[in-house]
Amino acid sequence: MAPELFVQYLMAGVTYGFIYAIVAIGFNIIYNTTGIINFAQGEFVMLGGMLAISLNGLVPLPVAIALAVAITMLIGALLEITFIRWLDRPSVLRMIIITIGLSILIREVALHVWGESVRALPYFSGNEITTIAVLGARVSPQILWVIGACSLMVGTLSLFFRYTLLGQEMRACAANRMAATLCGINPRNMVTFSFMLSAGIGALAGCVMSPITSTEYSIGTGLAIKGFTVAILGGLGNSMAAVAAGLLLGIIEAFSVSVLPLAFQDAIAITILLIILFVRPHGLFGRKDAAGLKEF
Amino acid sequence: MKKLLGKGLWKITAAAVCAASLIAPAVSRAETIKVGAILAVTGPAAFLGGPEARTLEMLTDEINAKGGIKGNKIQLIVKDSGGSPEKAISFAKQLIEEEKVFAIIGPSTSGETMKIKNIAEEGKTILLSCAAAEVIVNPVAKYVFKTPQKDDYAAQKIFETMKAMGISKIAAVSDNTGFGQAGKAQLAEAAPKFGIQILENEVYDSKATDLSALVAKLKANPNVQAVVNWSIVPAQSIIAKNMRQAGWTVPLFQSHGFGNIKYVEAAGAAAEGIIFPAGRLLIADQLPKNNPQKAVLLKYKKDYEGRFKEDVSTFGGHAYDAFEILSRAIEQAGTDREKVRTAIENMKGFVGTGGVFNFSPQDHNGLNIDSFAMLTVKNGKFVPYTVAAAGQPKKKK
Repeated sequence: MAPELFVQYLMAGVTYGFIYAIVAIGFNIIYNTTGIINFAQGEFVMLGGMLAISLNGLVPLPVAIALAVAITMLIGALLEITFIRWLDRPSVLRMIIITIGLSILIREVALHVWGESVRALPYFSGNEITTIAVLGARVSPQILWVIGACSLMVGTLSLFFRYTLLGQEMRACAANRMAATLCGINPRNMVTFSFMLSAGIGALAGCVMSPITSTEYSIGTGLAIKGFTVAILGGLGNSMAAVAAGLLLGIIEAFSVSVLPLAFQDAIAITILLIILFVRPHGLFGRKDAAGLKEF
Repeated sequence: MKKLLGKGLWKITAAAVCAASLIAPAVSRAETIKVGAILAVTGPAAFLGGPEARTLEMLTDEINAKGGIKGNKIQLIVKDSGGSPEKAISFAKQLIEEEKVFAIIGPSTSGETMKIKNIAEEGKTILLSCAAAEVIVNPVAKYVFKTPQKDDYAAQKIFETMKAMGISKIAAVSDNTGFGQAGKAQLAEAAPKFGIQILENEVYDSKATDLSALVAKLKANPNVQAVVNWSIVPAQSIIAKNMRQAGWTVPLFQSHGFGNIKYVEAAGAAAEGIIFPAGRLLIADQLPKNNPQKAVLLKYKKDYEGRFKEDVSTFGGHAYDAFEILSRAIEQAGTDREKVRTAIENMKGFVGTGGVFNFSPQDHNGLNIDSFAMLTVKNGKFVPYTVAAAGQPKKKK
């Protein structure tokens, strides 16, 4: 394989890898505080993109993106407060069904608000045909925006969880809910925060990827499946592992094109998901004994 | 809601008819003609079904405001299949068996149409498909018609243009829908007749959001002089963007599925120079005065854009043609389904948005290859394409 072609595939893979990783981290944050998978995670990505596109006509692009992220966080919090917060010891199954319901609800609302048409944010720098050379390959500068924004998000999140009080409280809740409550942490608030945080990072990813992939009301489902695969692949609950798994899946998908017809690309993600579920349900980077202690 | 209203209306009409027949039994009875429509109003093919549904709604209102066809009002029942063949099947059964519709317009996509072709045939219900694949009318089914131009004309038209540009080695890509797969087969079949070699042949998922890896693969073959993309989905814009972003400048051809200005908007600057075959609706105002279609096209464009505040697309035009063909046939033959079917089959010289239709028992499409014009995108608008106007064709040694 020619080196330029190798880099070209690699760049495509890394771009997608980061997007999958962000969705997977969204899954993980909520999983850590609640023990459930929030299947509406893909819809947060869609909402971020759509809101930014609508706002972009009214305010400058950076403001539109910031507002879109803020509104999506608010929506995330509202959904949690309305549908999940008041439940008294809900079963895992019940919560998962609720999030599936929410994802359908958000999609239908988006269909009515924005219609069926495909929209996109303008390219952050240059336009549709701007290309830059990276190690002999030619890519859109937007790809660098995606990679940059996503790696920045990952970095900030890990600092947030490690060094801020709120981040530590959320981790405490994830580690042991009862002990955290005894220390004066309100676990219900932590769940709300986790929904806000997931919604926020999803929305930001939705904004930076929109110029490349376009945004329509139904993009959430596909992203949720890929993000779920990545979250499982890395080991549920482990955000840094999700980044590694995301990049792995993205790169495998991109390079698969050179040997397999493109139509098999999605089948690869599903195949990996199935293999992992059979062989290593605790993920590539997870520990079996730790996974065994969890309810789900 | 619409359905409820429709039912309400039907009852009122029925009551009015009963009352009228009591008072004045001599007056000939007006009927309400139920027309079903199965369209992909939402989902990945919403670009087709959306304008189609709106067009039908507009035409139904128009005709009913005039008092219906010879006093027979039209009741339109739109079913949203979301582009899913399974839903199309159950809606077709429902419309035929429960609603007992007079005729069905749609479905929007070829895959759906092929699934219900036999259902319509067995139910002896006229089906006017808005989908393009040739298999819909070849072999001919007695009750099945279609209004969009055939795929193989599109493929031939593209190859004609390539030949004129001096292109002989190409890459063909298509999506995995019924439309994409039919197009892929048409391209493969027509290519040798024009001396064109398909070097690379790739299929992608219709929900794909990025094709840069595919573009990298195609670009790695230095002999490819042009790319043909055959799909109806937003991937049409994505492939254009990915090609230009990869710094690849060979001409990009699209199928007649590119006939929606929204795809151009979605691709932005990357849409410039895309060449594709389409009906003349998109360039209605640029047609010469003596073109027989000009008046029809401009009227539809004005009505549609005035009412819905969005640009007209060829897909809405397919529904327009289907509706007009049906209403014209009803006007000629009355409300007997068999007679109306025969009237459609023998209709000649109907000027629609897709071209001039001449149906026959052997040809349930009625259009010829001249119903397609080659268009290109210039400054974000559709304009007629001519090889000379585009300058010297790009040749790669």
